[in-house]
Formats: sequence, C-alpha cells, structure tokens
Amino acid sequence: MTNSPDTISPEAIGKAFAPVPRGLGAILGFAPWLVVVALIGTALVVGGYISTVVAFALIYALFVSGLNVFMGLTAQVSFGHNAFAAIGGYTSAVLTTAYDWSPIAAMGAGLAGALALAAVIGWPTLRLKGHYLSMGTLAIGLITYEIAVQWTSVTQGYMGISGIPSLGIGRFEAVSDRQILVVLTLTAALGAWCVARIRRSRFGRALAAIAGSEEAARALGIDVASYKLASFLISAGYASIAGSLFVHVVGYVSPEVFGLHMVILAFTMLYVGGIGTVVGPLVGALLVSMLPETFRGFRDYQDLAYGAALIAILVYAPRGLAGLAELFRKDAP
Amino acid sequence: MTQGSRSEPILEVRGLAASYGHVEALSPTDLRLDRGELVAILGPNGAGKSTLLRSIVGLTKTRGEVLCEGEPLPRGDPVAVAARGIVLVPEGRGIFGPMTVMENLRLGAYRVRNGGEVARRYERVFDLFPRLKERLHQPAGSMSGGEQQMVAVGRAMMADPKVLLLDEPSLGLAPRVTVEILETLRRLNAEGLSVVLVEQKAPLALELARRVHLLSLGRTVAVIDPREVKTHDELARYYFA
Repeated sequence: MTNSPDTISPEAIGKAFAPVPRGLGAILGFAPWLVVVALIGTALVVGGYISTVVAFALIYALFVSGLNVFMGLTAQVSFGHNAFAAIGGYTSAVLTTAYDWSPIAAMGAGLAGALALAAVIGWPTLRLKGHYLSMGTLAIGLITYEIAVQWTSVTQGYMGISGIPSLGIGRFEAVSDRQILVVLTLTAALGAWCVARIRRSRFGRALAAIAGSEEAARALGIDVASYKLASFLISAGYASIAGSLFVHVVGYVSPEVFGLHMVILAFTMLYVGGIGTVVGPLVGALLVSMLPETFRGFRDYQDLAYGAALIAILVYAPRGLAGLAELFRKDAP
Repeated sequence: MTQGSRSEPILEVRGLAASYGHVEALSPTDLRLDRGELVAILGPNGAGKSTLLRSIVGLTKTRGEVLCEGEPLPRGDPVAVAARGIVLVPEGRGIFGPMTVMENLRLGAYRVRNGGEVARRYERVFDLFPRLKERLHQPAGSMSGGEQQMVAVGRAMMADPKVLLLDEPSLGLAPRVTVEILETLRRLNAEGLSVVLVEQKAPLALELARRVHLLSLGRTVAVIDPREVKTHDELARYYFA
C-alpha cells in the first residue's frame, strides 16, 4: 500500500463541497500538496535540524487532522484535545519504560484510554454549544495537565519520564532521522487519507449537516448527539496517537509538552492551513512549524515577524492556504 | 366520532402545549389532519404557529401528545419523528449554504441507503422543481431566496414524507416565486400528500387549505372553513378579536 501524500488526488478533496476546480483554481488547489511534498522531500534529503522540525510538524499534522474532524467537518470547538494527546503520550511513556511494553501495544492502550475518556467526557460535554463547549473542553485540558503534574508516582511530575524507546514494530526500529521521518510521513498521510474518506462518506455528510444547522439535521432524521460524539471520539483518537508518537520520537515526556501551548499551536495550524479541508492541517502544521525558523535571521524581531506573517496569511487567505483556490474558483452557472 | 382505520387521521395533535422558560408560547392545542388533507395555520406574529410545528416534530419541549395514524409519536425525539415520515421544512429554510444543491437534497434522503431509490427520489424532485436540476452543483447558499426554498421543500420531499410540515414558505420571497412554490404544494397535495402549512399571507393559505386554524397569543381562536370566509374584514375580525 502506498500512502505518501502525492498519491492522494487533489480532486478527492474539494468534492464534498464544490465542483472540481478548473484552470488557475485547479493549480492553486494542487499547490498546497506540492508544498507538503516539497517540504517533506527536502527534510528527507537534507536531514539534520530541518528533519527534526518536519518530524514534529508531522506529529502535529496528525493531531490537527483529528481536530479538524471535530472543528472543521462538524463545526464544534475544543480547547481540550491536548488532554487526549497527554493520555496517549503518558500511557506510551509509562508502559514502555516501567512495564517494558512494545511501543505499538502501549500506543493501543493509550488509544483505548483516550477513547474511553472521550466517551465519558463527551456524553455530558457535547450538550454544550459555542463558548460553553469551549470552556468545558478547556477545563478537561487543564485538569489533565494538573494530573500529569501531581500524580508523581506514575508521571514523575515536572521531572518527566525519560528513556522512552524509539518507535518500532517487531524487529524494525526507527532510529535514524530519516527512518523516523518516513514512519511519521506514512502515519500523517494515512491520517489525512482517512479524513478524506470520512469527508466523502455518508457519515461525513451527516457531520456537514450538523455543521450547517443542528436543528435542520435533526429534522432530517440525523441523530445529532451520536454523530457529534463519534466525531469527538475520532478526533480524540488522532490526538492520542499523535501524543504517543511524540514521546517515542523525543524519548522524553513532561507535562508542559501537552500544555495549553499545544492547543494554541494546533489552532494556528488549523486556521492557517485551512479548516475543513484535508490538506489544510498538513500544510498548516508544516508552515507554522517552519515559519519561526525562517525568521531566525531577524533575531530579536523573530516573534514579531512570525506574528506579522500569520496575520498576513489570515488577511489574504481567510480560509487558509488550502482555501486559496476557492478565491479563484468560479461557481458553475 | 367515527372509528376505523380509514377515517383515522394521519396526524392528530391533542392538548399540545409548549413553553420557553416561564413564557407559554403555545396553550394546549388540538389539531386534526386527515390523509391527503391540507390544513393551514394562520395568525399574527408571535401567535405560536412555528412553535406548534416545532412541537409536533419534537424540537421544543412540550406537554400533550401527537399521534400518527393512531400511534403516539415519541416526544422530544425529532429523529424518531422524522423516521415516521413526518418532515418539517423549518422557518428560514434551514438549508446548508456551503453544500451544493445535490448534497442538500441527498441529506433529505439521509435514511435511505439504496442508491436506486435515492435516484428515483432525485427525479421526483427535479420533476417538481426543474430549476434545481440546472443548479445541481451550485452551492445552495449562493442561490436566490425562492430557489433556496425550492431546495428546502425538495430536500423534505427526498425523505418521501407522509406528512409535510411547512413553516412560512413564502417568507421574504417575491410574490411570483411564492405562487410558484404554493402551486407545487397544491400539486403535491392533489397527489395525496398530507400537509400542514403555516403562512402569514392569509389569502394564499385560504385558497389552498381545506381547513384553517387561526392562532392568536398561543391559542386556537377559531377553526374555519375557507369557503365561508368571504371578505378580508371577516378574517381581520378573527385576527384582532
């Protein structure tokens, strides 16, 4: 099976919402994929520092792809998905270091834990809407962070857990930068491919209807509560796997890794890339990760340049970089 | 009272009442809709017309009961009500703007998984509203109000409803478009569809309906036979009584 990003046809992406673009629109629609492939390709060839940056970006791409299912496709808000990443990450860290589990088994356990928590939390929380849902989910993230800090017998608190083994299945172990990069690229591509499939499925149409109007969806016979929960679970699953990947790639975990910073960064990536699109989370994660590096030469003004670049993108591409094609697209007569 | 399944109303509302917080929006109301009938609900703003429709499908919290062909409908469960073939076209249409016309229609037949059946229903909707076929891949939000209303009605018809509930289909539409949509409604009704129509434009509703419920301040003030209302003054009396 080939799951590199270039095998995902750009036609598959816009279809759920608009006709296949032509002319300039088609080129621009394809451009984000080219950017993704180019950046990953460069990292693979050059290696070193840039490959580390791209590796983290790919982990975030997976996290943001999941968040996109809940926020983009279903139009809900969550400030608390770092909680699920933390559960995945800490489960992987604890089980592989203290109990000698294999990374894959530990990742599976983390996923199960994250899904169980998402189901328990989702049921009452998803009745909330808008700002209330934001606050509710924010609380989940903060509570999880506190637990990671306080439950020192398991998490080592601020000390963190180190010596986490690299990713591996059976005999194979991804140790070198390039091996890690390949594994993460495949994972992120698989994640994006699943989102593309979800988006075009019957399930995806139901999510789009909920995004449009919960009431109208209900009147059409769509079980809004169940679909919202399913969407929440899927995004929590992505977050958990991203959390596990992170600890294996870095070999170390501490509470700050999954703090509120993660949520803000993920939001930036989602909106810069293009919310509700398949390529958006990928291109958003890669570019937002690369931007600060690009401005390193500005020294003291690095953050200023970074902020200005983000504002410029959101002003000139309000629907994100993946939405640029939309601006040039002409509606069918 | 007549007994037997033939004369059993397709929809019967008994003592249905609804409140928003402490404000009672709808006092206990009765309504009967026979198979193939079109009943109109008239009344000024705030009379509870929309609340009545929303209460029937369970989008608001209610007391009282609603029966479909003699069987009580579950309360507070719009999904189950839709599954029983009672479909609401909400006020303001509730279409999904970013989605194309086709995707909007497809969602109407959300519960149908058989592709052939879905295709048949598309054809039926195109037959009712030929204009939708021309605009199939246009985002529904970019169309005119009248066309959006056609999408909304077409989407409801994709569910192949037993009872169609329409909340002010003429809202904000040009008179010519309103007539076009109500003509389609007349045709559907003539073909046997049972309809409850909420309408502000009284003359149009009086022309279409077999019975008219007049609502004012949350209660039914009169049930009238449109043929008996000869003048606007008479209707105005009901409105302002």
